[in-house]
Amino acid sequence: MLMKWKALLAGLTTFLLLAPAAAFAAGGGGAPIVIVADTRKLSGIMAWWANLYNESHLYFTIMTVILIPLIGVIFGVLADIIMHFIGIDLKSRDLAEH
Amino acid sequence: MDWLYILMPIAGVKIFWPGLIILGIGVGVIGGFFGMGGAWMVTPGLNILGFPMAFAIGTDIAHMAGKSLISTMRHGKFGNVDYKLGFIMLFGTIAGFEIGAQMIMWLERIGKVDMVVRWIYLLLLAFITWMVFSDVAKRKAKEKAAIAAGQEVDKMATGLEWHKTLHKIKIPPMIHLDVAGIYCSAWLPIAVSFFTGWLAGILGIGGGLIRMPSLIYLVGCPTHVAVGTDLFEVMISGLYGAASYTYKGRVELVAAIIMLIGAAMGAQVGAVATKYIKGYGIRIAFGLAVIGCGISVFLKLLPIYVPSVNKVCDVIATYLILGLVSALAIYITMKMVEGAKRELAIKAAKAAKSA
Repeated sequence: MLMKWKALLAGLTTFLLLAPAAAFAAGGGGAPIVIVADTRKLSGIMAWWANLYNESHLYFTIMTVILIPLIGVIFGVLADIIMHFIGIDLKSRDLAEH
Repeated sequence: MDWLYILMPIAGVKIFWPGLIILGIGVGVIGGFFGMGGAWMVTPGLNILGFPMAFAIGTDIAHMAGKSLISTMRHGKFGNVDYKLGFIMLFGTIAGFEIGAQMIMWLERIGKVDMVVRWIYLLLLAFITWMVFSDVAKRKAKEKAAIAAGQEVDKMATGLEWHKTLHKIKIPPMIHLDVAGIYCSAWLPIAVSFFTGWLAGILGIGGGLIRMPSLIYLVGCPTHVAVGTDLFEVMISGLYGAASYTYKGRVELVAAIIMLIGAAMGAQVGAVATKYIKGYGIRIAFGLAVIGCGISVFLKLLPIYVPSVNKVCDVIATYLILGLVSALAIYITMKMVEGAKRELAIKAAKAAKSA
């Protein structure tokens, strides 16, 4: 049994170590991709948004990290209110098995 | 009908926004139910809607963080989240994810990254499928044996019991995980989370597809706790991944926000559905989802060796995934509605009795 585990572990380790090597062997040599937003067709908040992306990925990142959880919670709570209104118990569950 | 289309400010393409909301609801329901982000379902969906692939992974991870947050809150109230386990695993997840993400950027510069990633993914999915269904088969065999002996099988009995072997490793510090009901070495969840985080970073996914079964089969969590705790991890790694991909300029936030509107509500439905479905029911449905994911990855790999089937494979893979997403989301929603109706009927009967 222990031998089987050792063989499985060795096989897995070999596979993981060889994965990047396989990529190297495949060749290629692509350059890093740089993406710039085209703001010419945009106006208002969308233009501001695209400009923020072009000017500072850091500020754009901070806005993302704030906005995503906030919007998730707003709409999630909305769904909560609807289900609570229907009468579903949202605080406990009975099933406890695997 | 121009109002149904919105110009993505970064990618510069017009997208049918109701499609984004519908896709969001579908993956939200599935994610809340299985405890995963659902990157493998979102990417082809975004592709169909005309979304450039360069942004697909980052956009998906960004919306995933928001919907996982709301699912985690719901599962937390059901007592499905082992926060202690979640926090311990965070270290491994973040370290592993960053190493994986750096590795993928490095592989991208070398080229041919797609093929390597898809092969790793396919092997992994095949392994997870085998694991889930052999577990289900062994559990059924136990049930049959118990019935033959005139007994009832233990509610907490499982098919595969690898976790019991791993719990015998007593490297200090040892920890009690009360919600999951586990006593093991702290290094076990750390090692599992590092490995799953690294794979998630390499594959560009949140990691739920790998971490959820790992929590069950390696750490030994009950299914519901695995789903809840995994969502906690997906939330954190999703938020970290969103920051990481946004900083690298790979997120179309407008699309992520539109998807999130549907996903946040769908995630609630999925999370509540776990109230009404037994642990092994979740495992079987999860196994089917993994098979669908595996077939779609295989269909993406096949044209590399047989170029003439490229277009056919692409169409089949896309429809297969969208069909699977729809079928699973509808099934879970129906189960949730059935369960809710039953619960309301019981409540009404109790109220009538007491009156």
